Amino acid sequence: MKLFDLRGGVHPEGNKDLSAERHIRTLPLPKKLYVPLQQHIGAPATPVVKVGDKVLKGQLIATAQGAVSAPIHAPTSGTITALGDHVAPHPSGLPVPTITLESDGEDKWMPIETVDKPFSLRPEEVAARVAAAGIVGLGGATFPSALKLNLSRNSGVQTLIMNGGECEPYLTCDDRIMRERAAGIVEGIRLIAHAVAAKEILVGIEDNKPEAIAAMQTAAGNSEVKIVVMPSMYPMGSEKQIIQVLTGMEIPAGGRPADIGVLVHNVATAFAVQQAVRYGKPLISRIVTLSGGAIRTACNVEALVGTPVQELIDFADGYAQPAARLVLGGPMMGQQFTNTNVPVVKGTSGVLALMASEIGHAEASPCIRCSTCVRACPVGLLPLEMAAHIRTADLAGAVALGLKDCIACGSCSYVCPAHIPLVHFFNYAKGDLAAQERSKLKQEATKKLADARNERLARIERERAEAAAKRKAAREAKERAAKEAAAKAEVV
Amino acid sequence: MNPIAHSPHAHAPVSIGKVMATVLLALTPATLFSFWLYGWPAVNLWAVSLIAAILGEAFVVRMQGRKVRPVLMDGSGILTAWLLALSLPPYAPWWIAVLGSLFAVIIGKQVFGGLGQNVFNPAMAARVMLLISFPLEMTTWVAPSQAPGLLESLRITFFSQPIDGMASASLLGHVKTEFTRGIGLDQALTGYYAPLDMLWGSRAGSLGETAAVLLLLGGLFLIARRIITWHAPVAMLLGVAVPALLFNTIDANHYAGPMVHLLSGGLMLGAFFIITDPVTSPNTAMGQFIFGLGCGLLTWIIRTWGGYPEGVAFAVLLMNAATPIIDQYVKPRIYGRDRKGAALAVKKES
Repeated sequence: MKLFDLRGGVHPEGNKDLSAERHIRTLPLPKKLYVPLQQHIGAPATPVVKVGDKVLKGQLIATAQGAVSAPIHAPTSGTITALGDHVAPHPSGLPVPTITLESDGEDKWMPIETVDKPFSLRPEEVAARVAAAGIVGLGGATFPSALKLNLSRNSGVQTLIMNGGECEPYLTCDDRIMRERAAGIVEGIRLIAHAVAAKEILVGIEDNKPEAIAAMQTAAGNSEVKIVVMPSMYPMGSEKQIIQVLTGMEIPAGGRPADIGVLVHNVATAFAVQQAVRYGKPLISRIVTLSGGAIRTACNVEALVGTPVQELIDFADGYAQPAARLVLGGPMMGQQFTNTNVPVVKGTSGVLALMASEIGHAEASPCIRCSTCVRACPVGLLPLEMAAHIRTADLAGAVALGLKDCIACGSCSYVCPAHIPLVHFFNYAKGDLAAQERSKLKQEATKKLADARNERLARIERERAEAAAKRKAAREAKERAAKEAAAKAEVV
Repeated sequence: MNPIAHSPHAHAPVSIGKVMATVLLALTPATLFSFWLYGWPAVNLWAVSLIAAILGEAFVVRMQGRKVRPVLMDGSGILTAWLLALSLPPYAPWWIAVLGSLFAVIIGKQVFGGLGQNVFNPAMAARVMLLISFPLEMTTWVAPSQAPGLLESLRITFFSQPIDGMASASLLGHVKTEFTRGIGLDQALTGYYAPLDMLWGSRAGSLGETAAVLLLLGGLFLIARRIITWHAPVAMLLGVAVPALLFNTIDANHYAGPMVHLLSGGLMLGAFFIITDPVTSPNTAMGQFIFGLGCGLLTWIIRTWGGYPEGVAFAVLLMNAATPIIDQYVKPRIYGRDRKGAALAVKKES
C-alpha cells in the first residue's frame, strides 16, 4: 500500500528491546486497590457504592456522569473500605476522589452475559456495550470510546484506522498484545468497524515490530482488516500523523477525524471492545510496560486498574540503581511522578524508571536559531519563534504562529541542541490561554448578570412609577367625579 | 527533591558545544592546508585571532556580570574568530586580527545581547569593518610560493615587515585591475587562471578561502552530520554560477565564467560556513534557499559591477538584514491549514 509523507518527526533511541521479548504476565492480586473516579477525558464518574459494600469483580462501582464520561467497575472482588482522596497519577501528586477496594483474595466475577454472535448485534448495541464496559482510548488519550463510535456512526465514517504505531520509546505493551492476542484484537477491530459501518479498515504498525505484524497478518487472514507496515518514526502513533501517513488526508484545524470520514482507535482498545462485547467483561485491567535503565527486570504485565505502581516495581524486582526520574507513560509525552503509591489507571501504558544518562537533562542555553526544531515539528510550526513570543508573555503572538495546533509531541524539545524546554513553554502558554478564556467567560457572565439586575431594577422602578401614575389618575378622576357630582347637586 | 520535570524525558545527544565543535572540525582540513600553504604567518594570525576573541569576550561578559565559563564553553566566539582569521590575508599584521576579533565578538555579538541575538554575521561584519578601514592591509596578498621560517614569520605578523617581492594579487583583484586598464578577460586570465590550482588552493588569497575542495568537503561533512542543510549553500553557488554562465555566454571577454567565480575568493567558505550561520539566516528550508540565492546574486553583482573585487562579505551582510523579512513571509504550512493559515475544508459525505 502506498504510504504518504509526513513532515518532521524524530528518531529517538527506541530501547524497546529491554522489554519487547517479555511475555505478558499477570500481576499477583494486590491487597488494596485505589480506583480514581476520573480515569478518562470528561466528567468524573459518580460512585454507586458505600463504604462497607461487598462487590464482585466487574461490578459497577461508579457510573458515568454527563455526556462525556465513562463508568468504573470493581477490578476484583472485595470490600469498599473508603470513598475518599488518594494521590493522583499526575505530576502534581495532588489527592483526587478515589474508591478504595480491599481485595478478598477470591477474585470472584459477577455473573456476566456472553454473546455468541456479536456481529448480529445492532451497531447501537455494540456501542452501548462498549459504553457500559467503561472502555476509553488505551493509547493514552483516554477519550470514552463509545462516544467516538456514536459520533462516527452519525457522521458517516468511511475509514477505520487502528493505531498499532506505538512510537513512544520503551513502551512494548501494544507490541506484546498484538503478538499474544491478535485474534481477539482483530475481532475487536471488526466489531468497531461493524459499529460505525466503516468501509475500509487499516491497521498501521511500525516496522520495528515484525513479530506483531506477522501475528496480526495471520489473525487478519483474508478478512477486510488490512495490516499496513509503516516506517518507525516519532510521532507516527499520533492520531493526526497516522491519518496523514495512511490516507494522505489531514484533519482540518480545530476539527475531528470524523470531519474527513476517519475514525482512529488503538489496538489495545480493540481488544477491550472484543472482551466487552463478546464476553461482557468491563475494562478493569490493562497491559503496562515496566522499563527504563533503573528497573532491574523490564517486563510487560497485565495489571488491575487501581494497583499501586509500587507493586509493579516490586514485581519487576525493584530498582537496579536509584532512578533519576519516574515516568508514567512513554518518555516523550509521559508524566513524571514521585509518589509510587499512585494507582495504575486505564491510560497507564508504561511505568519507567529512568537513569540520568537516559534523560539527558542539561541546563538550557540561548537559542541559536538553528531551526532544528522547525525541521522536527510534525505539524509545521516554528517552535523557536513561538517560545520567543511566550517568553515575553505575548500569547497572542504565539497563537498567531499556531500555538493551538501544537500537539505537544515533544519532538522539538527532544532535538534542541540548546536544551530549551520548548513543549514546557507551549503547555504553559496553553494553560495560561485557557485561564484567560475562562476569566473572560466569567467576566462576560458577571456583566450579563449585572446588566440583567440593572434592567430588572429599572423595570421595577418603571412599573412602580406607572402604578403610581395610574393611582394618581384614578384618584384625580374620582375627585373630578365627586366635584362634578357636588356641582350637579348644587345646581339641583 | 528535584522540581517536577516536563516531558520529554529523553533528549537527543546534542548540545550547542557539540554543534560548534563539529563546525570547527569541518574547518580544520582547510585551515591546516592554509598553514602548510602560507607557513607560520598564517598560524600566528589564526592564533592571535582566537586569543583576542576569547579574552575580549571573557572581558565583556564579566563586565555584564554574567558567568564567563558557559559563554566561552559554547565555542561560538572561537568559531567566529576562526572564520574571521580564514578571511584575512595571511601576512596581515597582528593588530588587524586583534581589532577584527574584538569587533566581531563585542560589537558584532555581545552588544546585541550575546549568542543568538545578533542580526549580522559577526565575522563578516568584522571583515567589512577591516576592509573599509584598512584597505591596504586587507588587500595585500601573497603568492603561496616560499613559506617563510618561524622567526621571519614573527617579524611579518608582529612588526609588519614589508613582504618584498612576494606581493601578489588575488584573481578577482587582478581581473578588476586589468579591466580598469582596458584589458579584456582573455588576456587578463592568461597565465593567471589555472582551474586545478584554484581547486587545490595554490593561489593568492585569504588564509582559508583558497582550498575550495577542502572547504567543499568540510561543508559536505556538515550536511552529512545534519548540522547544516543543502539549501543555503546550493542556492548561493547557483546564485553566482547561473548569472555568471549567462553573461559569460553573451560576452566572454567581459564576464568571467562560472568556474572562475565558483573557485574564487570566499565563495566556498561563504556558502558552507558563513551563510549557514543559523543565528543570522532564516529558519525555514525555503527561507534559507531564498537567502542563499540572494547572497549568491549579490556576490556576483558586486564582483562584476561593484568597486570591490570580492563581494561575499557585503552580500552576506545585506542578506542578513533581509533575514527577518524573509522569516516573516516564508513559513511552513501548518497541518490542517492552508498556506494562508485558514483551516482546511471539512470533507462532506457525498
